[in-house]
Amino acid sequence: MRHLLGTEALSRENAIQILDTAQEMAAVGEREVKKLPALRGRTVVNLFFEDSTRTRISFEAAAKRLSADVINFSAKGSSVSKGESLKDTAQTLQAMGADAVVIRHWASGAPARLANSGWIDAAVINAGDGTHAHPTQALLDAFTMRAHWAKLSGTSSVGADLTGMRVVIAGDVLHSRVARSNVWLLRTLGAHVTLVAPPTLLPIGVEHWPCEVSYDLDATLEAGVDAVMMLRVQAERMNASFFPSTREYARRWGFDDARLAKLDALNLKDTIIMHPGPMNRGLEISSAAADSPRSTVLAQVRNGVSVRMATLYLLLAGDLRENTTTSTPAAVNNTVPNAKDPS
Amino acid sequence: MNNSSSAFEDVHNSSAPLNVSRVVLTAADIERALTRIAYEILEANKGSANLLLLGIPRRGYPLAQRLAAKLAASDPAIDPAAIVGQLDVTMFRDDLAHQPTRAPQRTELPVSGIDGKTIVLVDDVLYSGRTIRAALDALVDLGRPRAVRLAVLVDRGHRELPIRADHVGKNLPTSSSEKVRVHLAEIDGVDVPDEVVIESGPVVIEGGA
Repeated sequence: MRHLLGTEALSRENAIQILDTAQEMAAVGEREVKKLPALRGRTVVNLFFEDSTRTRISFEAAAKRLSADVINFSAKGSSVSKGESLKDTAQTLQAMGADAVVIRHWASGAPARLANSGWIDAAVINAGDGTHAHPTQALLDAFTMRAHWAKLSGTSSVGADLTGMRVVIAGDVLHSRVARSNVWLLRTLGAHVTLVAPPTLLPIGVEHWPCEVSYDLDATLEAGVDAVMMLRVQAERMNASFFPSTREYARRWGFDDARLAKLDALNLKDTIIMHPGPMNRGLEISSAAADSPRSTVLAQVRNGVSVRMATLYLLLAGDLRENTTTSTPAAVNNTVPNAKDPS
Repeated sequence: MNNSSSAFEDVHNSSAPLNVSRVVLTAADIERALTRIAYEILEANKGSANLLLLGIPRRGYPLAQRLAAKLAASDPAIDPAAIVGQLDVTMFRDDLAHQPTRAPQRTELPVSGIDGKTIVLVDDVLYSGRTIRAALDALVDLGRPRAVRLAVLVDRGHRELPIRADHVGKNLPTSSSEKVRVHLAEIDGVDVPDEVVIESGPVVIEGGA
């Protein structure tokens, strides 16, 4: 594994290795000294072209817990606002000796461009690109689900996958990189995924995704579900009218108090409610649902640090420099088509 | 010392005709060495009070469990499950940047914690001493033991750091080109008996390459 750009090409072995490593990392957060020396002397750059709270802080905390040096870079207030290109920014980071670049970008494919262009040697971790992928979010969701799933079956979650778990992902699928990354990863891990959204908020070609699609949240809940993931309505990406009114959206596709009560009525006492954050309370999720004991919103944030520690550790702790210095230019060219494959 | 004991099995298999290996400890020898070490630990600690055994993955952990069972056999006050733990040192190694990425193993401490305890680190092979150095660093982050001792099944020499074992199953003079392989049922399966084997390195490498 050289880069983490998406979950579509992530093999089951690699996914489970990341989750298992994250499990060990989670134990560090409970210790007196919450720090490991594994990445001492490595530099991680958080390159954020888009606003973010939890992802950037989570990556920063993860890198610091592994003793890496962290440089935060946000496009606002940098030379990017003067028109500097991604290439020049990347080469500046390269010259400063970055070992890993955590990139969030509004353009789908920007991390892949950075990883495959040969501009930099650093490992590239996709922290969300456009409407394409957000692999660490999918991994932390899978980590949260796996912990829940293992607790239910009373087994150890180490080495386990999500076989048999029924996951509903509901909301603004069209604009959601979280939904896309989750669909691919959960498929790899053996879960059964159903997307629920208004037809206007489903992307073209969704029928070819490895999941079911429904327009009716109530019917999907009644069919039985182990985890409900509500997606944020991404108003900032909506340049057209996708649903008549927020009240209608909340009533038909939001997880409101009535649907929370319905889970109890359906005797689905072990169903968890997930949300990648930030939440629009009252729109896609009601406050009662977000604050209920079923909600794993804060657990997801906590697990995010562990999963990102695992990702940074697995990408950075090994011998990276030797690979990059011994490979000839021809070899680099040969690996370009495969470089997107994180395995 | 996982690297000295486990990583060379494939080489061993692929070069069987040229491989020169000899068994230096049989299952019975290992058993006797552990029995002696268990008594030594009790003697050095003047009893079993505040004693914890921390095995270093992978093969140190089953050895620690076996030692605890022996301690419990001689002192009924000991609960073997309560004094054994596993200490992963992967993240504290000084060669992380020079090797392919290693997956970390689980660290499990006894519920009593390690503060004020006498810790006996248990590993299979003591070689350069770097694993033990990493283990000492890992311990510091977990608490402050009263004392740390070291018990190993085999001491093969070639130390690169000022580290010495308090309890040694067998001192084994080796050449640095030789490989010491420890086979334990808990890790390697019950098909092959427990044993410690020396494989002569150069012949294996030529045969394997």
